[in-house]
Amino acid sequence: METQSQTAMKEKNKKAVRMTGAEAVVKSLINEGTELIFGYPGGAIMPVYDALYSYQKELHHVLVRHEQGAVHAAQGFARVTGKVGVCIVTSGPGATNAVTGIADAMIDSTPLVVISGQVGSSLLGSDAFQETDVVGITQPVTKWNYQVKRAEEIPEAIARAFYIARSGRPGPVLIDITKDAQFASLDYVYEPVKYIRSYKPVPQVDPVQVQEAARLINLAKKPMALVGQGVILARAEKELLEFIEKTGIPAAWTLLGLSAMPSEHPLNVGMLGMHGNYGPNLKTNEADLIIAIGMRFDDRVTGDLKKYAINAKVIHLEIDPAEINKNVHADVPILGSVKDSLPLLTQMVSANSHESWLEQFKACYRIEFERIIEKELSPVKPGLTMSEVVDKVSVAFDDDAIMVTDVGQHQMMASRYFRFKQSRSVVTSGGLGTMGFGLPAALGAKMGAPERPVVLFVGDGGFQMTIQELGTIFQTDSAVKIVLLNNNFLGMVRQWQELFFDKRYASTELINPDFQTIAKGYHVNSLKVDKREELDNAIKTMVAHNGPFLLEVIVEKEGNVFPMVPAGASVSDIRLE
Amino acid sequence: MRMKEEFTLSVFSENHVGLLNQITNVFTRRHLNIESLTTSESAIQGIHKFTIVVFSTREEIEKVAGQIEKKIDVIKVFVYTADEIIHQEIALYKVHTEALLNGNQIETLVRQYGARILEVTPEYTVIEKTGHKHETQELFEKLDKYGVSQFTRSGRIAITKHKTEMLDKYLKKLEADNSKLN
Ligand SMILES: Cc1ncc(C[n+]2csc(CCOP(=O)(O)OP(=O)(O)O)c2C)c(N)n1
Repeated sequence: METQSQTAMKEKNKKAVRMTGAEAVVKSLINEGTELIFGYPGGAIMPVYDALYSYQKELHHVLVRHEQGAVHAAQGFARVTGKVGVCIVTSGPGATNAVTGIADAMIDSTPLVVISGQVGSSLLGSDAFQETDVVGITQPVTKWNYQVKRAEEIPEAIARAFYIARSGRPGPVLIDITKDAQFASLDYVYEPVKYIRSYKPVPQVDPVQVQEAARLINLAKKPMALVGQGVILARAEKELLEFIEKTGIPAAWTLLGLSAMPSEHPLNVGMLGMHGNYGPNLKTNEADLIIAIGMRFDDRVTGDLKKYAINAKVIHLEIDPAEINKNVHADVPILGSVKDSLPLLTQMVSANSHESWLEQFKACYRIEFERIIEKELSPVKPGLTMSEVVDKVSVAFDDDAIMVTDVGQHQMMASRYFRFKQSRSVVTSGGLGTMGFGLPAALGAKMGAPERPVVLFVGDGGFQMTIQELGTIFQTDSAVKIVLLNNNFLGMVRQWQELFFDKRYASTELINPDFQTIAKGYHVNSLKVDKREELDNAIKTMVAHNGPFLLEVIVEKEGNVFPMVPAGASVSDIRLE
Repeated sequence: MRMKEEFTLSVFSENHVGLLNQITNVFTRRHLNIESLTTSESAIQGIHKFTIVVFSTREEIEKVAGQIEKKIDVIKVFVYTADEIIHQEIALYKVHTEALLNGNQIETLVRQYGARILEVTPEYTVIEKTGHKHETQELFEKLDKYGVSQFTRSGRIAITKHKTEMLDKYLKKLEADNSKLN
């Protein structure tokens, strides 16, 4: 008699199709629902590129200008769609160029599958041409990685890669495939992976903890919710609103939690952290209860941990057990997806409102408005501020665009002053703070959400780190709106030099090229503005233009981002100037 | 600063290439020195076991365990203090056979310490002792008076004192959870 597994084996073989490893790579990607990949060819990955040539209709390949750009573009795509971003690179320098993007995706929990070519298996370990130990290099910055040396392993390796990348707390996975495995043949059958014994992506919610959390919430006089990217990753925006609306708890967000709730929501009290809003930072140490929802207490959010949340009990809703108690002790940890835990919690808490507590946030906002925001948005000085540009661009897109940023002052200004109506509208490099992220990420975001406007805020420093991706934007005719906030400085570093290094501006002033000429070279239309009177019209032109557009705005040279919690200081020591 | 104490971690994993590197990396990133490390097959076929000894605080070691367990191919990490386990190390000592023959001091030490003689050649003799680190160390210091030309000690191996087998229980639970899923 045949055993069950023998029968299954036979079934499987009947369905099997003979093909090369390279074709199996392409087929596996298609089987996972991939339609778009970002990449750059080279010797060790040529068989896969050759296979791609036969599948151009099913699988669109975007040729970037640098592998770092491929990964950031895939990140932009993943962040706006919630799907797995896919990149493909060659061995050696191709793979090492991708490492920055992979590390960025790791720390910001972005699902990626990166496929790298590798030298033939007989050459492994021999310092062959373009051989690097990519699995070794990327091990600490991937959620999982694996080297494939035989063609038969390909379908399963890729199936695992997708399952691991997208499940639980998402992250990047790298599959390194030797050239001989790409050339060799196999009997191809594709079966998606749904279970790995050693991997538990979504812990089960413990009802006892939920009960305890609900008890604390019902007792709290000054509760505060901290909203992180976990809400967006779990698609739990609705569940979040139901929770805060029932309890009346003021909610603040981390950089990556931005757009999880609408900007104008009455319980949205603003941004946490180093350049966040005054109220949420100050009130962290007055709150008697902190409810952290899918966030990880990054040091840019908490400042000095010894003086953080000093009067509060902490409830931590988190999918990743390793985050519990990592930075901040959780009195009540609730493991699991917030998609599961939030509704349970909402069910158990009593309806409430916290008018006078909320009023305190509003009072803080009024102070911040008077001391900072008003001067930023309606400046009396002639120099344009980054904030007023961000504010006007937000309005021009009806507060409903996807905002992509690079890293620096403009990133903080964009996060502070851009407004949102729907989730998955922010693509920014949070945990790694990778300059050069913006331009390629904006391209990926636009390709992921072609129906939505995508606007990039970028500094003159970071723009030049991946500026060559203008070529990809031109070649794919992606209507990315680029707002270059040019202060002719590495602004954020200059700000620190001004505040903490006696204005010793060591190597932060840039002598810049003519960005309009560069844009022209890439056939991208552009405008340059340095006067307030010209701004509105220029923005109008950018919005109306059908295609990619560069709007360069010369902003004040030495503007600073405030408020600011100086590095290592307590959130209570937030400075307004 | 909290007190540092000795912890023994039992890490159970799939048997994959490169896992050792992934595990030790967690210690390296935190500047934690690994006192001893052994790896072997576990009692369950296909499951690998790492036994790692470190000095750390309870707080930090829990974080380390969490970060190791997060690795996709790691099945489970258990953290034990010394009183929760029975553990041993093995030590080998090489002495000149001449020294052995010059009187009965070495033989007395071997008997006294519950060691045994593994091999005797005209040139050298190899002695073996199993025990805790301080015991094998003590014997080394005693023997060294007569000249120890080589001394080597293994990493720790450990077995828990628990009445139930934690890993078995965990695997059973995994299977049950999984069959619920399908
Ligand atoms: C790849 C990389 N290198 C260096 C830094 C350090 N850094 C952070 S912000 C910044 C200045 C950014 O200048 P710019 O792009 O002009 O933006 P601005 O701050 O002026 O808005 C630098 C150098 C970084 N974050 N990333």
